[in-house]
Amino acid sequence: MNLRRDVFQAIADPTRRAVLLLVASQSMTAGAIAANFDTARPTVSKHLQILTECELLKQEQNGREIYYHINAKKMKEVADFIEPFRKMWDDRFNKLETIMKKYNPGSNRKKK
Amino acid sequence: MERKTKINAEDGKQELVITREFDLPLELLFKAYVEPDIVEQWMGTKVLKLESKKHGSYQFETTDAKGNKYGFNGVIHEFVPNQKITRTFEMENTPFGVQLEFLEFEKLTDDTSKLNMHIVYRSVALRDQMLQLPFAQGINMAHNRLQNIVGKPACR
Repeated sequence: MNLRRDVFQAIADPTRRAVLLLVASQSMTAGAIAANFDTARPTVSKHLQILTECELLKQEQNGREIYYHINAKKMKEVADFIEPFRKMWDDRFNKLETIMKKYNPGSNRKKK
Repeated sequence: MERKTKINAEDGKQELVITREFDLPLELLFKAYVEPDIVEQWMGTKVLKLESKKHGSYQFETTDAKGNKYGFNGVIHEFVPNQKITRTFEMENTPFGVQLEFLEFEKLTDDTSKLNMHIVYRSVALRDQMLQLPFAQGINMAHNRLQNIVGKPACR
């Protein structure tokens, strides 16, 4: 039993987030997943192991191949499932706000 | 501290709502959606075309670190200055298809304003997929991966 494995640790790593995204589109074999990364195959395997251990990925035997697919239920248990999406918009809007605060069209600024 | 940007995505629905309050007068907030050079700055994309009017269209293009280009486009269905923009949005060369966006701009005080962005997707599954996208490191990476997937024969 390994107490270090929790979902938050799992999604903290950028490669593992990329794996989740990849598998979210369709179930894939370890080989097909690894082919999308420059990282060495054993490293990808390790990431898959961690994701499987914390149940974000499920393995499914299909003939001789093992396919990985996303465990949507577990993904939703992650309290901040949509946090990266929110953060993306928050970052954009913060930028917008900063830019517009500095924006000075010059003379035509209305006095209220 | 209260979060300025909020996402409301109810389970099992094919839509979501993004709301945000700005420390900006309404006119300045709206301008950030209309002026191409300002859109470029905060969206981090190149604006190829932006016709801010009813039946106008827009085209954005983003280039990643590797020099790959990604296109985004849509048409503007309704355009009411300082009030609302109704438009479509589509990421080119992805399986996501088009989404419908209702943007409503609202004055709160002389110096503050609010944006309500209601996005409707074609299906629940598609919405959930879009919500998951930023799990990857930004939209560019997502595009790369998707293009890899789309470009390959289905593994069977």
